Amino acid sequence: MQKTNTSRRDFLKLTTITGGGLMLGFSWFSADAEVPVLISKIPFAASSGFNSYLSIASDGMVTILSPNPELGQNIMTSFPMIVAEELDADWTKVKVLQAKLDTKNFDRQLTGGSGAVPHSWKRLRTAGATARAMLIEAAAQQWGVPAEECTASNGMVIHSKSGKQLDFGALAEKASLLPVPKDVKLKDRSNFKIIGQPVKNVANKSIITGKPLYGLDFYREGMLFAMIQRPASFGTKIKLVDSAAAKAMPDIVDVVVFKNNVAVVGKSTWAVMKARKVLKVEYENDGAIESTADHNNIFKSLLDTGKFDIKRKNGDVDAAFSTAAKIIKAEYQCPFLSHAPMEPMNFFADVRADGIELVGPTQTPASARNAVSKLLGVPEDKITLEITRLGGGFGRRLKFDYVVEAAELSSLIKAPVKVIWTREDDVTGGSYRPAVRYRFEAALDSTGNLVGYKLRGVGINAGNTTREDNFPSGAVDNLLIESMEHKSPITTGAWRAPITNFLGFAEQAFLDEVAEAAGKDPIQFRLELLAKARTAPAGAIKYSIDRMEAVIKLAAEKSGWGKKLGVFQGFSVYYSHLSYVAQVCEVMMEAGKPVVKKIYAVSDCGQVINLSGARQQVMGGITDGLGHAMYSKLTFKGGATDQKNFNNYRLIRMKEIPEIECYFVDNGIDPTGLGEPALPPTGGAVANAIFKATGKRLRNQPFIDEEAFAAKP
Amino acid sequence: MPVYTLQINGKEYKADVAADTPLLWVLRDNLSLLGTKFGCGIAQCGACSILMNGNVTRACVLPVSSIKTAAITTIEGLSEKGDHPLQLAWDEVDVPQCGYCQAGQIMTAAALLKRKPHPTDAEIADALNGNICRCGAYHRIKEAVKLASTKI
Ligand code: FES
Ligand code: FES
Repeated sequence: MQKTNTSRRDFLKLTTITGGGLMLGFSWFSADAEVPVLISKIPFAASSGFNSYLSIASDGMVTILSPNPELGQNIMTSFPMIVAEELDADWTKVKVLQAKLDTKNFDRQLTGGSGAVPHSWKRLRTAGATARAMLIEAAAQQWGVPAEECTASNGMVIHSKSGKQLDFGALAEKASLLPVPKDVKLKDRSNFKIIGQPVKNVANKSIITGKPLYGLDFYREGMLFAMIQRPASFGTKIKLVDSAAAKAMPDIVDVVVFKNNVAVVGKSTWAVMKARKVLKVEYENDGAIESTADHNNIFKSLLDTGKFDIKRKNGDVDAAFSTAAKIIKAEYQCPFLSHAPMEPMNFFADVRADGIELVGPTQTPASARNAVSKLLGVPEDKITLEITRLGGGFGRRLKFDYVVEAAELSSLIKAPVKVIWTREDDVTGGSYRPAVRYRFEAALDSTGNLVGYKLRGVGINAGNTTREDNFPSGAVDNLLIESMEHKSPITTGAWRAPITNFLGFAEQAFLDEVAEAAGKDPIQFRLELLAKARTAPAGAIKYSIDRMEAVIKLAAEKSGWGKKLGVFQGFSVYYSHLSYVAQVCEVMMEAGKPVVKKIYAVSDCGQVINLSGARQQVMGGITDGLGHAMYSKLTFKGGATDQKNFNNYRLIRMKEIPEIECYFVDNGIDPTGLGEPALPPTGGAVANAIFKATGKRLRNQPFIDEEAFAAKP
Repeated sequence: MPVYTLQINGKEYKADVAADTPLLWVLRDNLSLLGTKFGCGIAQCGACSILMNGNVTRACVLPVSSIKTAAITTIEGLSEKGDHPLQLAWDEVDVPQCGYCQAGQIMTAAALLKRKPHPTDAEIADALNGNICRCGAYHRIKEAVKLASTKI
């Protein structure tokens, strides 16, 4: 048997060995646990997936593989909680391992779209319940009693009639030899003991003691380090490279030019950082060279004259607007944003004749491997990909450009190499939240009913800028939703709550304008629209009216809506991914400026798995939504960003956070995801509260550049 | 290249590196002390915060040649068993999301508590305002510092 001698350097190497579900007969978590693993495989009933999902050792230690990349959404804790619940495991004896990419045993091994828990909820429960049934059967056979008389609790099987009980560990071997039951019964949620409780992040101890967990922490003896100079301006390509000075720097091994990349390869991070500074690279134009001023003009002209795709159409908007008693029109705009996860992009690649080894932080390991396979012409089964913990992602690591470039570089230099991005590379390097401008128009009849609604969105490489079936669609008889895209060399990508991260704000702020014009309370106005959608729907309704109504009402109640003196409240509610979140923001005036003091959030994400993690997602999502709405922007001149690093790309900081109070609707619905849904409503609630406080509408992000924050003369 | 002798976490380390190498990269590339993180490289995010003679310092802009005999403490050396009051509070309050910024947050808080064992909310925010948490875990960071301050 092997010893668990895990020094820092081989930390991640060991994960490779154990990560694939083939347990090697030792537990590498604690130095003293050299316990053979007895159930090495519990085939997962009715699915090919998860047959290497959990194992139980003779000391009762339950090891659960977490297949999805962990980037702070806390999946490494919530997934195992679901398994452990149905297994009736003792949570203190559960260990969690990050699985490596294994498309044979896991499906949807990616992080994005708030979809992991909704997707895997039933599978994980069934995996746990199947193992539980086998352990109970093993005990029943040993005691010669009917299995129905036995129960499992806290890592033990119990026969209460005789008072007998056995630890899972003592039963594991016998259980592993039994046939796998087909139809196992899942628990009634009233019996949940782990699910719904606040459970601490399983990685806390490693994180707070500084253990190497992240891609950037991966070191391999003899590996090289590389940084890549990419074009600073979108729409340019390399014309000339003079790398003589860089190559002459100490500890530099090579300078390699491929595609539009100039890679400086050397023996330490600092050596390549320094050598990169003396590179001389000339670029020439290769496409449109755009600036923010150009984008502003493009937006304005396209909104008037562009050719839009109709995304949804109900009734007759022209008639509704021509007979309207009142028309409200407003435009909203958001800038490009960087994802800026705290851990910059990086990846390790070792391309050898016998195969390829990839290690690093990715939200989408399967696609990354596929892309490397295609580029280098190496079959996927010759490529291993190990997922490290991700120092944030926010959608940036759904793209795998940085994985592929590491593999390509390794194949060119024929050596193991870790490619590291600096923060400047990250901020200037593209894949941004796209800039978008919306034009909203609303028609009110003489009694203040919303009878017509038009939305036009134009974005830069944004795809469909609308979510055409979201509220208020279905609640307005005459409605037209259109979108178009301007193609640009500036690269964009999914950014936490894609599209809705800005659309949610724009729409909820505009509805506030409409409610004001109609002379109605903003919450009452929305409830009326929902009532109308229920009784006389206009076209298909693709959200739950009941769930939206419930979060609205609870938010009004918890925030004391309309009953507070001296604070200005703004309301917002948004449905995104599969969950509903309503928010009330409270603003006070301090020294003539509006200050966000507090945000109440009511979320309906179905069953909460981990109450601590869920609160964290809501508070983090709100902080993220508030911070970016208030402070962040990327602007362009000559195709390059004006902002390069955190000195001028502004992120929210501790002094700027409001108090946040979270509530969850407990309605027994299966989980519907929470990684993103708390973010989209925040900008709207904040803008609406600031309007109340200042009388000024915030229609462009970042808010800090808007008139409401301008210094008083 | 010159060899530097460094006093880190109560131990003596030697590193053969260029004089201008920031301590951050010496820790990471040469000494396998990987808890100190790289976030910006320009003293703007606090991910690389360490203690130098008890004062919080940004390792990403601290040339190794300037350290001399100063005592350096990194997250690995904050406590022997991971049981510094701040580390315990961080677990108790369940602070980390992605976790990447947390070593820097804890080291910054450690310097604060040394200076001011019972800081007010405003003092905590002042001290930690230089540490970015992209995941937005600020509320719990604050709560954990408060909790730790009641235990020292
Ligand atoms: S890495 Fe040193 S402050 Fe950001
Ligand atoms: S926990 Fe992710 S950056 Fe702070």
